[in-house]
Amino acid sequence: MFRRRGDRYTASFAVDEVRVLRKVASEVVGLLTDGFDHSDPVVCRLFPEVYPEDVTGTAEFRRYTEGDLKTAKIDQAGAILAALPGDGGGEVRLDAEAAEAWLRALNDARLAMGVRLEIKDGTDLGAELDDAVADDPSSSRVFQLSVYAYLGYLQESLLNALID
Amino acid sequence: MGGMAAPQVAPVETPDTDEVPAAERPWVTIVWDDPVNLMTYVTWVFQKLFGYSRERAEQLMLDVHHKGKAVVSSGARERMEHDASQLHAYGLWATVDRS
Repeated sequence: MFRRRGDRYTASFAVDEVRVLRKVASEVVGLLTDGFDHSDPVVCRLFPEVYPEDVTGTAEFRRYTEGDLKTAKIDQAGAILAALPGDGGGEVRLDAEAAEAWLRALNDARLAMGVRLEIKDGTDLGAELDDAVADDPSSSRVFQLSVYAYLGYLQESLLNALID
Repeated sequence: MGGMAAPQVAPVETPDTDEVPAAERPWVTIVWDDPVNLMTYVTWVFQKLFGYSRERAEQLMLDVHHKGKAVVSSGARERMEHDASQLHAYGLWATVDRS
């Protein structure tokens, strides 16, 4: 988890954590490049309709803003990939700008996973995980829920280090 | 200095808000509740983007959380669209509407 050291934000990551972070950041980049599709609920959440009642207004808005927004989201996911240590694990040191890019990118990754996992208001993550484990401990849902919870802790620790 | 008469300004009647035609009313940026964004993160984004005090940002975040949505800025349509796209960059669910 992140801590502030002078003007840097640092955290140590184990091998598995590096792999998970590389995977989720790459998935966000993939979603925004290869498979970009407005009918995908994840894309819909990351690029909301700015005028829910006005298709033309929304399309116009997207025409002017979507390119930049997409680039910004790809860049911030790239900030995670760029700062991660090699596969052996190790320390990440971020300056304030990189820390903010990480915050936004972690949030995008959580939003994407939240849609896929159908996280609702009042979803109890612990109970959800217990159910999934009881169902099948080796299922992909168990893994995805654990990653989602982990990203939340990580984002919160970075945010607390920034606000501190 | 002296001797010059102050320019005469005719009082302008300011119409009540209700009487302003819809087309001239300012626009608003609305942030909607969503189950994923952390409360501390949403507060931080409001402070960061709008320069709101911690208290005001927290109150707005709580409004979003408890009432389902909150108006976070108001003004010209173009500015609201700018605010919405900034909020989208931070992953908040923002829309634009007439006030």
